[in-house]
Amino acid sequence: MTRLVVISAGLSNPSSTTLLAERLTAATVEALEDVEVTHVELRDLAHQLTDQLLTGFPGPGLAAAQEAVREADGLIVVTPVFSASYSGLFKTFFDVLETGTLDGTPVLVAATAGTARHSLVLEHALRPLFAYLHAVVVPTGVFAATDDFAGTDLQTRVDRAAGELAALMGKVSRVDTAVTKRRTVDDELAAVTPFEELLRQASEGR
Amino acid sequence: MQFGIFTVGDVTTDPTTGRTPTEHERIKATVAIAQKAEDIGLDVFATGEHHNPPFIASNPTATLAYIGAKTENLILSTATTLITTTDPVLIAEDYAKIQHLTDGRVDLMMGRGNTGPVYPWFGKDIRQGINLAIENYALLRRLWSEDVVNWEGRFRTPLQGYTSTPRPLDGVAPFVWHGSIRSPEIAEQAAYYGDGFFHNHIFWPAGHTQQMVDLYRRRFEHYGHGAYDEAFVGLGGQFFMRKNSQDAVDEFRPYFDNAPVYGHGPSLEDFTEATPLTVGSPQQVLERTLGFRDYVGHYQRQLFLVDHAGLPLKTVLEQLDLLGEILPDLRKGMAEGRPANVPDAPTHASLVAAAGGAKDSTVYAEADSATGHRAEDDVQDEDYLEATV
Repeated sequence: MTRLVVISAGLSNPSSTTLLAERLTAATVEALEDVEVTHVELRDLAHQLTDQLLTGFPGPGLAAAQEAVREADGLIVVTPVFSASYSGLFKTFFDVLETGTLDGTPVLVAATAGTARHSLVLEHALRPLFAYLHAVVVPTGVFAATDDFAGTDLQTRVDRAAGELAALMGKVSRVDTAVTKRRTVDDELAAVTPFEELLRQASEGR
Repeated sequence: MQFGIFTVGDVTTDPTTGRTPTEHERIKATVAIAQKAEDIGLDVFATGEHHNPPFIASNPTATLAYIGAKTENLILSTATTLITTTDPVLIAEDYAKIQHLTDGRVDLMMGRGNTGPVYPWFGKDIRQGINLAIENYALLRRLWSEDVVNWEGRFRTPLQGYTSTPRPLDGVAPFVWHGSIRSPEIAEQAAYYGDGFFHNHIFWPAGHTQQMVDLYRRRFEHYGHGAYDEAFVGLGGQFFMRKNSQDAVDEFRPYFDNAPVYGHGPSLEDFTEATPLTVGSPQQVLERTLGFRDYVGHYQRQLFLVDHAGLPLKTVLEQLDLLGEILPDLRKGMAEGRPANVPDAPTHASLVAAAGGAKDSTVYAEADSATGHRAEDDVQDEDYLEATV
């Protein structure tokens, strides 16, 4: 079973951001066999995201979304463009995600905006963000301006990106990358670093 | 089972009146709260340590010694002692001295509870937080257990032939707890030494506390200090009580909504559901507190945070009166179903007994082995006086 998590930061209903997320999901599901999809609408988690910024721990809905992301074999992330970048809501979800969660995870980045003038937001905002988070960003990102939903060209790019994501999800098994993933608090709770090792690290300056 | 209170010593504006106490008022209020804790029959008073506004919690040893002189039975403790930025040589001296002054009514809780800017004020690097906690505590233990210490490490100057004075009362060091909200390494450290582990249990959901305590208990057993359920566990907690639960909610809400840590975030209702905070009648606080055992097992120490978020002293003292009223039921409830092998929290008396009785450990000064001089001799030495004129 392959696990795909789709994160959409659209605010309105219906939302072109969610619409793009659905098209990318459908194309990815078609390219993969036996895939389980979890949709995360950040609008529904907006309060819990702010709460975690202040309290440091996630509410129940947000905790479930974070757990799905931790377990995911691949992600599709879609944001509207606000002030020449991803939205604050979108960024907050990744700000409060525990360090190391996305290590080695394939991520398809996508964005929507009113005009094609914003199209490079994928390259100057989303790609660096996910590079920083140690994710594997799919070569083709998908940007959709309002006009694009009227044409057929968008579907070509959706299919190409989805195919690339599916290929990475097939090839980059989490088992293979597990050795390079940073240890999280949950990892420590499951198998704590022995104290003699902590003493050694303290004296050797690691 | 011990019950007590802990304070972080914050100076916070009362959101209902807009009034902020002065440092002097807050310091005196802390003493009044500690005396009240003794009056209502609590076992422990613990103070935090902070070195920046809006806190009055610097120099916790002066506070504890002063309270020690004004009380008879209260165990004085810390929540927490900054083991990262405080020189273990000073911690060893200070708390051994308080042991002597209070006839052993003192223990400590080690913690890293510090914000980034504090570290450089004390010449330390926050990126080394865990390593500092590990090295400093390892040294502290030696300073208390060995009369003469030769030591070299990464974070302070070496010690050669060093004796920390006074030696611990009756030859027994104060018991130590280690407090951490979210660092498994600290639970591991507590387990390794067979010390106590204290979970803050205020800011995070119960499920997280359960995981940390479970790790500590497993590792305590692993290191051969006793069975899983024989480890020493302490929990924090917070409540606001009124006879009528709706009155408690109405009165506490503005303090909650504007609280320094979680204010302007989740609703009071969401937070009371997600964390151990209980706002309601004394009966509700009693039942919720007795329920803590359901996820950490039978434990040894329960401390409540009562003086925070700008609550006026009068209200805090009323909260303590209400706590005093349910205290007998809390003790009775915690004793129910408690297996015989579950120990009480270690005290000075129990540690002395375990060590086979009290022994005086005074180290009398001898002449310096290299010069044959004592420190007092040097200042009377004529050559020395001439050289310094």
